[in-house]
Amino acid sequence: MKNSVNRELPEDIMNELDYKGFESTEIGNPEIQRVAPKVHVSTGDNKVVSSIEDVVKKTVKDGMTISFHHHFRNGDFVFNKVMRVIIDAGIQDLTLAPSSLTGVMNDMVIEAIKKGTITNITSSGMRGSLGDFVSHGGLKNPVIFRSHGNRARAIEHGDIKIDVAFLGVPNADRLGNANGMNGNAVFGSLGYALMDAQYANSVVLLTDNIVPYPNTPASIKQTQVDYVVEVDKVGDPEKIGSGATRFTKDPKELKIAETVNKVITNSPYFKNGFSFQTGTGGAALAVTRYLRQEMIDNKIKASFALGGITKPTTDLLEEGLVEKVMDVQDFDKGAADFMHTNPKQQEIDASWYADPDNKGAMVDQLDVVILSALEIDTKFNVNVMSGSDGVIRGAIGGHQDASTANLTIISAPLIRGRIATVVPDVTTVVTPGDSVDVLVTEYGIAINPKRDDLKKALSNIPGVPIYDISELQQMAEKRVGKPTPLQFTDRTVAMIEYRDGSIIDTIKQVKD
Amino acid sequence: MAQKNEERLRRTMMFVPGNNPAMVKDAGIYGADSIMFDLEDAVSMAEKDAARDLVYEAIQSQDYGNAELVVRVNGQDTPYYNNDVKAMVKAGIDVVRLPKVEDAQMIQTLEKDVLAAEKQFGREEGSTHVMAAIESAKGVLNVAEIAAASDRMIGVALSAEDYTTDMKTHRYPDGAELEFARNMVLHAARAAGIAAFDTVFTNMDDTEGFYRETRYIHQLGFDGKSLVNPRQISMVNSVYEPTQKEIKNAQNVITAIEEARIKGSGVISMNGQMVDRPVVLRAQRVMRLAKASNLVDEEGNYIEK
Repeated sequence: MKNSVNRELPEDIMNELDYKGFESTEIGNPEIQRVAPKVHVSTGDNKVVSSIEDVVKKTVKDGMTISFHHHFRNGDFVFNKVMRVIIDAGIQDLTLAPSSLTGVMNDMVIEAIKKGTITNITSSGMRGSLGDFVSHGGLKNPVIFRSHGNRARAIEHGDIKIDVAFLGVPNADRLGNANGMNGNAVFGSLGYALMDAQYANSVVLLTDNIVPYPNTPASIKQTQVDYVVEVDKVGDPEKIGSGATRFTKDPKELKIAETVNKVITNSPYFKNGFSFQTGTGGAALAVTRYLRQEMIDNKIKASFALGGITKPTTDLLEEGLVEKVMDVQDFDKGAADFMHTNPKQQEIDASWYADPDNKGAMVDQLDVVILSALEIDTKFNVNVMSGSDGVIRGAIGGHQDASTANLTIISAPLIRGRIATVVPDVTTVVTPGDSVDVLVTEYGIAINPKRDDLKKALSNIPGVPIYDISELQQMAEKRVGKPTPLQFTDRTVAMIEYRDGSIIDTIKQVKD
Repeated sequence: MAQKNEERLRRTMMFVPGNNPAMVKDAGIYGADSIMFDLEDAVSMAEKDAARDLVYEAIQSQDYGNAELVVRVNGQDTPYYNNDVKAMVKAGIDVVRLPKVEDAQMIQTLEKDVLAAEKQFGREEGSTHVMAAIESAKGVLNVAEIAAASDRMIGVALSAEDYTTDMKTHRYPDGAELEFARNMVLHAARAAGIAAFDTVFTNMDDTEGFYRETRYIHQLGFDGKSLVNPRQISMVNSVYEPTQKEIKNAQNVITAIEEARIKGSGVISMNGQMVDRPVVLRAQRVMRLAKASNLVDEEGNYIEK
């Protein structure tokens, strides 16, 4: 069977897992039944325990689903501490359902798979040795990749039924009131973990900082928490920040950022009260800098900035150029530290941020988003998941969710090294071309033919030539040639869900 | 490809190390008027052949748009010079830039070698231009004869690092040590009817210093500047941007020329006064700059910012 982005889907797995093929980016107005967690009633005055072993023994059984958050990113100590105990306890057949997996977790996950501890995974993404391991067929069951908004949806639907959530926090009181803002290893918003705290049957907090009761502001509340485990260190604050927080000096990145800025400021959405989301990485930070100057020059203020937040964005808040920051995660210490000093930086959970099956998510109100791509094809479909060798090395993150914005800009170089970014067909469709509006490269831009209105607004920008996307694809091919097609086996190693839970593509095992 | 001298803007000549594939590949995206692939100082001895091959392939396979393509070959006293000239002429380079030129003889030798290569590889004779880099006291004193040494000459460039060393000084922020050389190079270029390029400014962190130097050489009359970083291109272009008043005035002159042409009159007049040839030339140059700076549209109408 094929879905609407022309991807062949494996019938047996689709039937077995009761999946539908992706049809449309339209969500419509369906009626949804949400699930609720089991509650072990407690009226005691202390949930603090000192042993992970005891908590694991009490909560985790064979066949369960366990979860973690990835707000500590590569500074995470919690995942490995807990998984060590679970593996050593000989527990089998678990489903691992974290908000995402970072590099520091890779070795432990591979060991857990090899020992039968983990037999299923759902995640936003994976990279490095774990992506390699899965792409080479290391895990029997296919990994399910879900966007941040889709994970929230899946948890609310019961598609992901978390038995035990292990959530690291930089502070908590003895009954489990906690936030991400104070303590040693602070990461700011607890956005993704809030879903786990609300919907898991058992919630275990791990902290290195027990504070007096009652702890406020409480992002995770005592009403949700079963145990508080005191550990020596939850994370390395030096490694929590991700990506470059300094402005890039790479002239190519700057050129792309400058063009992105011109596209935004010449679009009809650049007006008082507009909203935007930028990501992390050099070009995104540079866009924020250029945008700041344009906002000052044109006396334009934004109503809100959304998503993963960096210091340049909180600087805009401080300057009064942005009214509110709606913050689901913080990419650097600057943004994380700023959170508790400014009430206009609002912590939001993944559902509020981007859940499609909602009474209204923030992404529905978003005007402009800048997203990246490993590959984009002549149908504007975007791949952020598999590399040029076909191996898993990415994360959906909020890509599918935020691309529902009024103006979705993909910023990517035409070529990386000797690899074309603009291709005839992406290796893996993650975000459908229907939700992408403009591609910005160092050579010029391409506008989705469905957005004729933008064509008018964006023509005649000095120094920004408009190409047909197939022209850009040919320019790339002319420069680097045609690669030999990738070789895959028939075995499916990963399923890519669209944000509505349908299957937009699969990833096959690479042939060695 | 090469255009006639007087038609071409040469505000920015961007240096690109000839041994860096990524930079060679991306050189076309920054809007430099001239791209100068370097086979000389940027390339170590071990990489001379590899860089020559890379630039040779790039010139033939990559699209650099309207940029003038220049290559800095190794000096005539090196064993690489002959192969550099042959390979670049064969590839169809627009301009061969010879380093450390000290007299007219060196340009005449280059001219002879270029002609031989054009014949050998079936290139149109005379299609390859040349330019000279002036890097010593002797070169500065001989720059007038160097600039006039060949019909193929399109420009002279001052290279201040070697020159200041030769002069037993170094570069200072105020540029006083370069005053004589700059004026010599500029006068020689103007007398020969070719372009004058100022030297590079290497401190990327000193934006103010870069602007100061660029405004100064713009005032002197240089066509443009050699650049080490693409980020400097927009800075130079902004200094060379004509003002709205200059554009309006140039448009009036162009209109007057057009009216004279329609009337069949040999005398161009504007507001009752005769327009001299220098005024016409300046107006044409202003309009070229205005177009290149995206200040006027295709029809030459001023675009309000």
